[in-house]
Amino acid sequence: MKSIDILTTAIGNSFRSRLRTTLTVIAIFIGAFTLTITNGLGTGINNYIDTQLGSIGASDVMTVTKPVETTEGAEGPAEYDPDAAAEVSANQGPGMTVLALTDDDFDTMRELDGVLSVEPAVSIRPDYVEWEGNGKFELTVSELSAGISVDLIAGDDFSASATEAQLVLPTDYIEPLGFADNEAAIGETVTIGITDALGEQHTIETVIAGVQEPTLFGSTAVLNDALSAELFDAQGEGASGAATEQFASATLRFAPDATDAEVTALKADLTDAGYAGTTVADQLGTFTTVIDGIILVLNGFAIIALLAAGFGIVNTLLMSVQERTREIGLMKAMGMSGARIFALFSTEAVFIGFLGSALGAGVAMAVGSLISSVLSGGLLADLGGLQIIAFDPASIALVFALVMGIAFLAAVLPASRAARQSPIDSLRYE
Amino acid sequence: MKPPVLSTRDLSKRYGSGDTRFDALQGIDLDIAEGESVAIVGKSGSGKSTLMHILALLDTPTAGQVLIDGVDAATVTGTALNTLRNRTFGFVFQQFFLTPNATVLENVMLPLKIARIGSRQRTAMARAALADLDLADKAANKATDLSGGQKQRVVIARALVNNPRIIFADEPTGNLDSVTGATVEDTLFALNREQGITLVIVTHDEDLAARCDRRINIRDGRIVDSLTSTSTSNRAVSA
Repeated sequence: MKSIDILTTAIGNSFRSRLRTTLTVIAIFIGAFTLTITNGLGTGINNYIDTQLGSIGASDVMTVTKPVETTEGAEGPAEYDPDAAAEVSANQGPGMTVLALTDDDFDTMRELDGVLSVEPAVSIRPDYVEWEGNGKFELTVSELSAGISVDLIAGDDFSASATEAQLVLPTDYIEPLGFADNEAAIGETVTIGITDALGEQHTIETVIAGVQEPTLFGSTAVLNDALSAELFDAQGEGASGAATEQFASATLRFAPDATDAEVTALKADLTDAGYAGTTVADQLGTFTTVIDGIILVLNGFAIIALLAAGFGIVNTLLMSVQERTREIGLMKAMGMSGARIFALFSTEAVFIGFLGSALGAGVAMAVGSLISSVLSGGLLADLGGLQIIAFDPASIALVFALVMGIAFLAAVLPASRAARQSPIDSLRYE
Repeated sequence: MKPPVLSTRDLSKRYGSGDTRFDALQGIDLDIAEGESVAIVGKSGSGKSTLMHILALLDTPTAGQVLIDGVDAATVTGTALNTLRNRTFGFVFQQFFLTPNATVLENVMLPLKIARIGSRQRTAMARAALADLDLADKAANKATDLSGGQKQRVVIARALVNNPRIIFADEPTGNLDSVTGATVEDTLFALNREQGITLVIVTHDEDLAARCDRRINIRDGRIVDSLTSTSTSNRAVSA
């Protein structure tokens, strides 16, 4: 029998006992559906995190701090050391302190391999943003503004060479500020208020370059270099020299095409020199690990469902072999080889697996897209750009491969039983 | 001289051992010439079906040889054996063994499918075989929708579709009334006469056995007599 005949015959045979095939397909459908949905959930959430990664910081940037050396073994508070560098609180959670970085530290870091530049991370705390007297609103600025790539929904990204002060606002500022819509805000000039060290408030004019969805880390504005510099100067007016020259963290740039190994080596160098470097990927890494863990557990349940369905296939095929004993004997008497008989029955199982996974994946994609669009309009409306369930072809292909693989394994016992049948025993079978 | 198409040398078949030992066949020597029609006759349990199974290479003897065109069948294995079965033998069974939900055409095409003949060619061959048996108009029917006589003619069409040299028929008329049985017999003998296909018929129907060139009586696993029919009265084909 030719392979194509085996395929068509197997497909035909699987439809011979419709009810039985349907029930088995339903069992597989449930497993494949669950697996596709849980995978889709993982893909959706991880896609969102990846997009967020793009909007909160560039991939070639590392935040460097100088952690306080813990005094091992000693109990109680550490003894005061007048020579120790000043400790400053870092934005790494409450109670976390790091040592302040000075110009010497920056010079040390600049000498490390693979470092392109090191700049102090400046913290800018504007008071408000206002447009044409429509009310003042508090404004938070994204800490990591260097080398940012913004997921814009209106306007254009900053032009690198722009000397004019520009900013990107989150969508939720647009309406309160008095703009008709996102597009209307582009190119308009807003006023930012900022207080200096002496308590005097300055106002700075800036142009809205673009509008972005709020990120996982809240609605923060993104500034271009010109505006950052202007605001920092205004904020630092009247402050003592020491206060402006001590920084909690530094922004370290490395080559954008650096490999993971190079980044790891750089981090090791930093650690040896007494610093701690974290990339944006590191910061989100823990988050992704948790999501992946949850998805793995959910996938585990789906696979249990598929294994149960696998036994359904074994059962279906055993009955099928039993019913077709004479037919198998006849085919053998007519010169069909055992290997071809095996192929015939295992193809039938794989086809049932294919039907189940095609239906499961298809319905899961339809339901997933529906759930996703309903949720993004309702429950998850605050997380703009989040497609809770997304599907990528590779994971769908994996679901198909897995289900058809399980179906094939399930076919091994019944199909080899069929292949081993002796033609006369089969033909005598009443 | 051309060797007989089928022959056996001191063939025996034994089931079990010790107390439960049962000799189904003992010392069978047999030669069947090309184009001959042979009836194997005996009571149930006489070993006639076992003999047919061994002759058709569906079963292996405990001792002795089966020769096909003078070649020891035991030396033919694997793919060669499957090809030999497919090209040389056609089978007609008492219980038909038709695939119930498949069409008549599909049933007839089965041996050709196994022989890896292309779809267009096998359809043409199967239609030709059905036309030979006046079943051309039934090609698209389900096999289960036919009468007993029609079913057995479909089985014959299936047996001859790949132009076999030998057709084995196991009680071909056993499930048919005498009128349809006679029609089926006529069809088989017409094939034997017109196409020179060797017929090996296992039966306990004396009338059917009498129509064959030779009848071999089997009792308790031995050939008791082998009669060459002198009164062969092949009636006109009235299918």
